[in-house]
Amino acid sequence: MLENLARVWERPEPPQQQEEMGFFTDTTLCIGCKACEVACKQWNQLPADGFHWTGNSYDNTTMLSDTTWRHVAFIEQLGHEVKRDRWLMMSDVCKHCVQAPCQEACPTGSIIYNEFGNVYVQQDICNGCGYCVAACPFGVLDRNEADGCAHKCTLCYDRQKDGLKPACAKACPTESIKFGPITKLHQIARERVEQLHERGENGAYLYGADAAGEYSALNSFFLLLDKPSVYNLPEAPRRPAARMKTNYLVSFATAVGLAVVSACFFGRRE
Amino acid sequence: MPGLGASFGRGAATTFQEDLQNSDCILIMGSNMAEAHPVGFRFPLKARERGAKLIHVDPRFTRTSAMCNLYVPIRAGTDIAFLGGLINYVIQNDRWFREYVLAYTNAATLISDEFVDADELGGVFSGYHADKRQYEPERKRWNYKGEPTNVPATETPPEIKNESWSEKAGFIENPEPPSDPTLQNPKCVFQTVKRHFARYTPEMVASICGCRPDDIIRVAEALCENSGRERTSAIVYAVGWTQHTTGVQMIRAAGILQLLLGNIGRPGGGIMAMRGHASIQGSTDIPTLYNLLPGYIPQPSALRNHNTLEDYLEQERVDNGYWSNFPKFLVSLLKAWYGDAATKKNEWGFKWLPRIDKDYSQLPHFIRMAEGKVKGLFLFGQNPAGGAPNAGLNRAALRKLDWLVVRDWFEIESACFWYKGPERPDPKAIKTEIFFMPAAAAAEKDGCFTNTQRLLQWHDKAVDPPDNCRSDTWFVYHLGKKVKALYADSKAERDQGLLNLTWDYERDAQEILPDGRPSRIHDEPDIERILKEINGYTVEDRRQVSDFKNLKVDGSTACGCWIYCGVFPEEDRNRARSRQRDPNNYTSPDWGFSWPHNRRMMYNRASADPQGKPWSERKKYIWWDEEQKKWTGLDDPDFDPEKPPDYQPKKNATGMDALAGDCPFIMKPDGKGWLYAPAGTVDGPLPTHYEPFESPIPNLLYDQRENPVATHREHSLNPLAAPMDPNYPIVATTHRLTEHYLSGPMSRFNSWLNELQPEMFVEISPALAEAYGIEHGGWMVVETPRAAIETRAMVTNRIKELNVNGRLLHQIGIPFHWGYAGETVGGIANDLASIVLEPNVSIHEAKAFACRVRAGRLQEVHADRPLKPAPWPTRERAPQTPPSNQPEGQFGRGSV
Amino acid sequence: MRNSSKSKNGAKSSITSERSSKLRSVAHQPFSPRSIEKASRIRDAVAVTSVCPYCAVGCSQLVHVKGGRIINIEGNPESPINEGTLCPKGANTFQLTVNPHRITKVLYRAPYSSQWEERPLDWAMDRIAQRVKETRDADFIDERDGTILNHVTTMACLGGATMDNEENYLIKKFFGGGLGLVAIENQARI
Repeated sequence: MLENLARVWERPEPPQQQEEMGFFTDTTLCIGCKACEVACKQWNQLPADGFHWTGNSYDNTTMLSDTTWRHVAFIEQLGHEVKRDRWLMMSDVCKHCVQAPCQEACPTGSIIYNEFGNVYVQQDICNGCGYCVAACPFGVLDRNEADGCAHKCTLCYDRQKDGLKPACAKACPTESIKFGPITKLHQIARERVEQLHERGENGAYLYGADAAGEYSALNSFFLLLDKPSVYNLPEAPRRPAARMKTNYLVSFATAVGLAVVSACFFGRRE
Repeated sequence: MPGLGASFGRGAATTFQEDLQNSDCILIMGSNMAEAHPVGFRFPLKARERGAKLIHVDPRFTRTSAMCNLYVPIRAGTDIAFLGGLINYVIQNDRWFREYVLAYTNAATLISDEFVDADELGGVFSGYHADKRQYEPERKRWNYKGEPTNVPATETPPEIKNESWSEKAGFIENPEPPSDPTLQNPKCVFQTVKRHFARYTPEMVASICGCRPDDIIRVAEALCENSGRERTSAIVYAVGWTQHTTGVQMIRAAGILQLLLGNIGRPGGGIMAMRGHASIQGSTDIPTLYNLLPGYIPQPSALRNHNTLEDYLEQERVDNGYWSNFPKFLVSLLKAWYGDAATKKNEWGFKWLPRIDKDYSQLPHFIRMAEGKVKGLFLFGQNPAGGAPNAGLNRAALRKLDWLVVRDWFEIESACFWYKGPERPDPKAIKTEIFFMPAAAAAEKDGCFTNTQRLLQWHDKAVDPPDNCRSDTWFVYHLGKKVKALYADSKAERDQGLLNLTWDYERDAQEILPDGRPSRIHDEPDIERILKEINGYTVEDRRQVSDFKNLKVDGSTACGCWIYCGVFPEEDRNRARSRQRDPNNYTSPDWGFSWPHNRRMMYNRASADPQGKPWSERKKYIWWDEEQKKWTGLDDPDFDPEKPPDYQPKKNATGMDALAGDCPFIMKPDGKGWLYAPAGTVDGPLPTHYEPFESPIPNLLYDQRENPVATHREHSLNPLAAPMDPNYPIVATTHRLTEHYLSGPMSRFNSWLNELQPEMFVEISPALAEAYGIEHGGWMVVETPRAAIETRAMVTNRIKELNVNGRLLHQIGIPFHWGYAGETVGGIANDLASIVLEPNVSIHEAKAFACRVRAGRLQEVHADRPLKPAPWPTRERAPQTPPSNQPEGQFGRGSV
Repeated sequence: MRNSSKSKNGAKSSITSERSSKLRSVAHQPFSPRSIEKASRIRDAVAVTSVCPYCAVGCSQLVHVKGGRIINIEGNPESPINEGTLCPKGANTFQLTVNPHRITKVLYRAPYSSQWEERPLDWAMDRIAQRVKETRDADFIDERDGTILNHVTTMACLGGATMDNEENYLIKKFFGGGLGLVAIENQARI
């Protein structure tokens, strides 16, 4: 106990910086088998979320949560309204944003960018305030009822430390989930998009490979075939911190304005 | 799998999964590969990424369809019509691979004048007796020209399944039957095949299958464009083809198509049978099947003259081709089983083998069980109470047993049928004495599986099984010892086989587990000793035999399963355990052991042209090396390694010498691939479209509606809907989901899988939902004459209503994973299916039957409570592991 | 978020990423001691080569053992078939094996009884052996009309496709070649 307490004050030497690692999830190769979901639960020993049949295609885990860190979405696009019958499948996961709102919101220093450039929630630090939950524009983080802390994909930090592939990427039978150095993944992804365009898949594009608008690039990015919203992803995710400068200025101006008004008001009374 | 055996010689997948990546086109039909075999599907997907065309023909748009370039919906059970349409297209448009067909198939062979095609007889072949629903023995009516027609009196009666190779190979006495290489003779195989399939026009096939004529042409064109010297196409199937009363002939049709296109024995070609269980191929090779002995040797039969070994060999003898060696294999088997007691004088103990006298396959025997004619049953990891067709009848059968031994991991349906199940059984009325003997998991025992591509892979025991859990080897071995002890003093002749059975698999030393700990279980048998016996050894000095060609007929060798010979070629060399990957050869010959003779692709002599040269540089695999005077290449040649391509047999040559240097199908007495099968299938030499037994549609091609020799087993619990019964207007097919396994014993006790597919549902089209007032997500009832089940409705555009001959036809898809045991429970799809039997292998027809549906629930709601989900994670910390390295998710228990 | 394959503002984003990468560097991160010590739990485990028990694809697996317990099961990257990958069922092999629902004691249900009872393993083996002998002795048929039958049809054995070759071999050898059972069947027809 005392030992643990003492350790709080330790400032140990940080680990050595490594090449930035991430996921590239190519949805054109996803067969919707959910091996990633089970491999993640197995490696991390996560519990099942409950048995709730949704009828929403084959998606019964419905979203990322404190206990589901990979989630496969199913989008059926068949019938008279569509040109070509499609059943889109996409394995969703924490985006490991280059500038992560959750990290920016975390008041305790629990959320860090680890040596692989991945956003990691340190369980021994997290105090369960939940600011990160509100900050994430992708709905990735969630607090667990049992321990009160926030949980999400760790990008298998423990496995990476030993040079092992994250459990989901390793299990994925069709290489839909690719893991590797971000620079290399970018290259693979861009070539893949070009290849798909050449084959006539003109709708193929990358989501999150580059920064866009106020949002940074994602170290876990995707190749999609339809609008982001079809996959339940935000078209333009918002980063609260990006508006902070403006928000501060507005607040300051308001404060000054109010001060002037009240000064006048009080002044006049005098 | 006689469908493959009759076409090529061996009843197993002709190729291996990794080779699918070399295909230029893959037709997936009767298989939902992406869902049922996701990891195997890597290879079709690799092929697709290399530019190959993937085609899925299936009643349902599945996760497989979603990954294919072309999807064609068809009515369940009409696959022969569709394949017939492809065959007809290939022939009519002259798109077949002429050189391959002429050299390697029986296209030119002349057929007996006695043969009359189904084409001319309203859908049955010559020799049919409608009163008995049987054909005369095929040897008489369907054989090649010039073969003797005087059939021995002891021909196997049709009720005995002839999956053995000798029977398939045995009927042809002349290795070079009369032929017409110009293919013009109307009696030659090619012309016969052409006539037979002429009526399978795109228009006709489309009206049967409910697709468009253009669909057939598009699929046919894709296959034709991707076959030939430079390109190859593969076909993948699974139980979507086998679970029909015409299942064997569906596979035959695929065989004919692939032979015509020249795709067998070549890289990227072949027919890949995707099998469902970890060692279902192994349990066919070393058959826990009633009609076979290990290595496809026929079980002796009381219905043939099999009293003595001499009689048996005379009956089963094959003069030409590889099967001519089989007496060596049988004698070696008897030596392995009966040891020193097997002598030349007592015919190696042949008389101790039990004889079959009727169809003892699972379903007929369970009907006998339901009639009270069976007293005791052992269940080894099988779940008939939920997994067998007409599962309700199967449960009734279990309740009639005197005693039952269940070996499993969990309390599955077949273990709790006496107090659970839709019938709400009263335990006080059920006499069955039940022993639940807990089993070890794969990681808790040594042993090997044979996978879908005939690859034997050993798994090491990692830890001891918990408590009383034991391996099945332990159970059978110790039961054997105990039963032998009970008979120890017997002098009765009937007990001598048992007493003489060699039964010594003791360990030499205490078992040490991989982490260095001694095993807690002191009497676990030495599993490698069993594999060594299966491999074979010399009797005199007990040395391992390295090759089945060294097995002897004189009793000097013992071998438990000749096709596995070579898996343990030396004292300390277990090739099933070998794990060396060859980075330069995708066949990776030192990864496991592939029977026969570590061959990855069968019939691979056909990958070279008749002169022994590769058909093309792109499709190079095995070729004749003129300098070294032998066959060489990427794989073990499926051929005499030193027989030159121009070898011609001498007159009166027998055995392998009777086959020429350009005969790739060495298990066949004529060395050819069989477009027309003069023997090997009891329901005809050519595939013919018949309707499923329960079908709302008449046969549009022939007067004969259903397979004329398939049978329906009469039983009060096994009623059938009348043909075209308007009360059952909907076509149902059962299917798998990726997230579950079989009837659920290995998935419904697992929360990680249950949460992914937590409830029974049925997939229906929006049109059907509207017609019957069924709501998406709401309840519905599916009913057949056997049973009614309630289920959730999944209304989806993935299911399409079909236009079948001008009539709107609805199909529904029913996953078969639920039952009344486990963490999730639900309606049992197999309760709906009937026991009708395919005539060759006694398989049922769960992939196409008639049903009706309605909105709502069953009046008497059966509700067996599911097992309370296990708390997970167990919160047991990983031993010898610091807190920082413990699993990240072990922070609490989930909501289940 | 929607990016074309070529980033239009590539220059700008590289500047931001440079600045952010400095802020994101380990020197600026408050690593906890546990994060620094972190490693995989299989680091010192024994990896035992196994095969997936589900379907017939034949995926090779690694079973990680530590302290006498299985702590992880994942795909074997060396395998030419699965190359380290698994499907959801294969990935579930750990939960299949280390599962609280597993029955680990011999359970016995007497005729007409409404409950299971735990029994010793040896007792059950003896009792089964006796029942086998009873049934065989009562119903064994040597011959019919001079034709050898040498079989017993009132006992049956079902299953094998999920089991090892060695197990199937012993079943066929003992039940068939020894006891004379003919009704030995498995899932291959189903």
